[in-house]
Amino acid sequence: MALSGVEIFKYLPKTNCKKCGHPTCLAFAMKLAAKQASLDACPDASADAKKVLGEAAAPPIRGIVIGAGDKAVKVGDEICLFRHEKKFFNPCALAVSIKASEAGDAAAKKIDAVKTSEIDRVGQKLRVDAICVTDDAGDAAKFASVVKQVVDGAPGVPVILNSKNPAAIEAGIAHCADKRPLIYAATAENAEAMAKIAKEKKASLAISANGLEALEALSDKVKAMGVDDLVLDPGARKAKDMVEQYTIIRRAAIKKNFKPLGFPIISFADRGDSLAEATAAAIGVMKYASIIVLNSIEKWKMLALLSLRQNIYTDPQVPMQVKQDIYKIGDAKESSPLMITTNFSLSYFIVRGEVENSKVPSWIAVMDNEGLSVLTAWAAGKFTASKIAQFITESGVEKNVTTKELIIPGYVAVLSGALEEKLPGWKITVGPREANQLPTFLKGKA
Amino acid sequence: MALVIPKESYSGKIYEVQIGSGGKSVTIGGANALPFLSFEGVFPHKPAVALEIMDIAPTDWPETVQKAVSGASANPVSWAKFCQEQGADLVALRLLGTHPDQQNKSADEAARVAADVAAAIDVPLVILGSGQAEKDSQVLQAAAAATRGKNCAIGKAVEENYKTVAAAAMANDHKLIAMSQLDVNLAKQLNILLSQMGFAKEKIIMDPMSSALGYGLEYTYSVMERIRQAALLQNDPMMQTPIVCDIGLNVWKVKETIAPDAEMPEWGGLADRALAWEVISASGMLTAGADMLIMRHPGAAAKTKELIADLM
Ligand code: SF4
Repeated sequence: MALSGVEIFKYLPKTNCKKCGHPTCLAFAMKLAAKQASLDACPDASADAKKVLGEAAAPPIRGIVIGAGDKAVKVGDEICLFRHEKKFFNPCALAVSIKASEAGDAAAKKIDAVKTSEIDRVGQKLRVDAICVTDDAGDAAKFASVVKQVVDGAPGVPVILNSKNPAAIEAGIAHCADKRPLIYAATAENAEAMAKIAKEKKASLAISANGLEALEALSDKVKAMGVDDLVLDPGARKAKDMVEQYTIIRRAAIKKNFKPLGFPIISFADRGDSLAEATAAAIGVMKYASIIVLNSIEKWKMLALLSLRQNIYTDPQVPMQVKQDIYKIGDAKESSPLMITTNFSLSYFIVRGEVENSKVPSWIAVMDNEGLSVLTAWAAGKFTASKIAQFITESGVEKNVTTKELIIPGYVAVLSGALEEKLPGWKITVGPREANQLPTFLKGKA
Repeated sequence: MALVIPKESYSGKIYEVQIGSGGKSVTIGGANALPFLSFEGVFPHKPAVALEIMDIAPTDWPETVQKAVSGASANPVSWAKFCQEQGADLVALRLLGTHPDQQNKSADEAARVAADVAAAIDVPLVILGSGQAEKDSQVLQAAAAATRGKNCAIGKAVEENYKTVAAAAMANDHKLIAMSQLDVNLAKQLNILLSQMGFAKEKIIMDPMSSALGYGLEYTYSVMERIRQAALLQNDPMMQTPIVCDIGLNVWKVKETIAPDAEMPEWGGLADRALAWEVISASGMLTAGADMLIMRHPGAAAKTKELIADLM
């Protein structure tokens, strides 16, 4: 939580020595509060001041990077509880668990699935973000061999090393020491050994405890050993416990600036059946998990979860935009109706849904209006007759649609005259105002 | 520094709305905290799942869901019984056949179907029009009268027809589903208008207009979160009506529930994908505060009920 200038002033030496370049300690404090200066500029600041002010300046939830290179993922560093308050910033990482007992073919299959998992969704490339190697055989050497198989087989994909046995982690991390893996996990029993490895190898470290009190104690303990990049697992597995515990962690961090819990959360959506696992993961996506580990990553499941994540992490202030293009709905032909709308994704989705409903094959021309809805775009002068005419002409749509009839939204009926002038040879038809009247309208034309 | 569990202090509570009567009646609402946070509030009723049926055969539905109900969907009564057997908390009858672009069935015909379905099942009945506001006025009036005494939920009352639809619900002692267009203020406005005409706000279920996963789900999600916050934290009595999400309608028309495996190999198999689409959409609505869901695929509804059990 940000401190005010006066609060910061209390921690300064109050000698007004000017070494910081400011006339008084108070003036310097004001600059600090405005984030226009750094405490380093005051050579006499006490250790206490550095600690308090440093913590106050840090984000409420620490950002953690897992992996290295262009596939590295950043999680955490969030500032709100509800996406409409601002936005959710760093999409949770979706990881697949590869067990030591799957060494060989089964592991190779999953590695391949990760490598071919990329899909394109509303212009974003989405994929399985990480691989969690899980020590289920209690054999450090075997665990390490799967880590090696993963690192060699899926180069660059961030790795989570999942074992409670420090010896296994030690053996596994040898294959990815320079790749910033995440170690899962330090517990009350092995904290010293795990913290030591994390510190030496500059890895981030997940801490796992049963319940929030135990987690807090463990967090303090591991931090005192000098590990800063922590990830939290409060032990919740049931959906109810996930929602409750993750909410408490997020609230404590953001509203109370409670440092022991100011870290990203790791969640295990482990369920017997794949769809149940998908629902548990969905709860994690919506309710503050930053890393979600799955047992399986079938394509249908990833499509659903990645789409959900994209929805939830979209900036509510910046409307999602659809690419400017002429979209073909159903088996549209040269004689099918052509209508135009803006590229505000919701406008497009609703129009498209109704056109699909109507079962009348059609063309939808989506024009780039910076994601504004029809009326807003029109009011802002971005959906004018000349701009529409230019788009239609440049799109070359007349090659596909021989009717040369353009249906415009009822809300911008006023444009029809000017459009006919600017698009010689075209017939402009005013469509309905609301999308839900489109089926009736289209059936009337068909 | 020991953790003090940061609790919200809520001043509002969601109205409890009962639908149906007898042992199988369903009550929704009653929560006095944000969804599923039982460490700081009570949740006397779990979210209910209704399975949708229609007065006409579902020939417009995508193949995956059509197949899932194919043994029973030829007539609305057998279809309703099938849904009840499948564990639906309620049956939602959509009178799509009355739409002028469909079979333009008469209000009387629709009312007979509603009465037959109501008589055939023990679980409560939700009666939905075709979505054509003008026609729905007549259809819902007739259907409400024909099911008098069954304590159904009827709708949807929208800006264009709320007076007649609400009057029909009021005259026949039904609950009312009121739908607004994906906007916090419009949702509140419709509840105010209904209250002003004398319809008890405690008998309204609001439909904020749901959307499918990948197709604007985040808008519905945030609108619902904001409605719930206004209801509970700001104690706004016009926002304290339970929320229903009509998701089957939105889910079973997007490409993800229709495109065959061969067309979109990178999307995985259609059967699993389509089912997941309805279930994950449902999980989004539940997390944001839905008290009742209207779904189409019995398998998806069953999986959603598993999730609800996991959340409570
Ligand atoms: S250097 Fe430090 S002590 Fe000196 S004026 Fe600046 S803030 Fe005060």
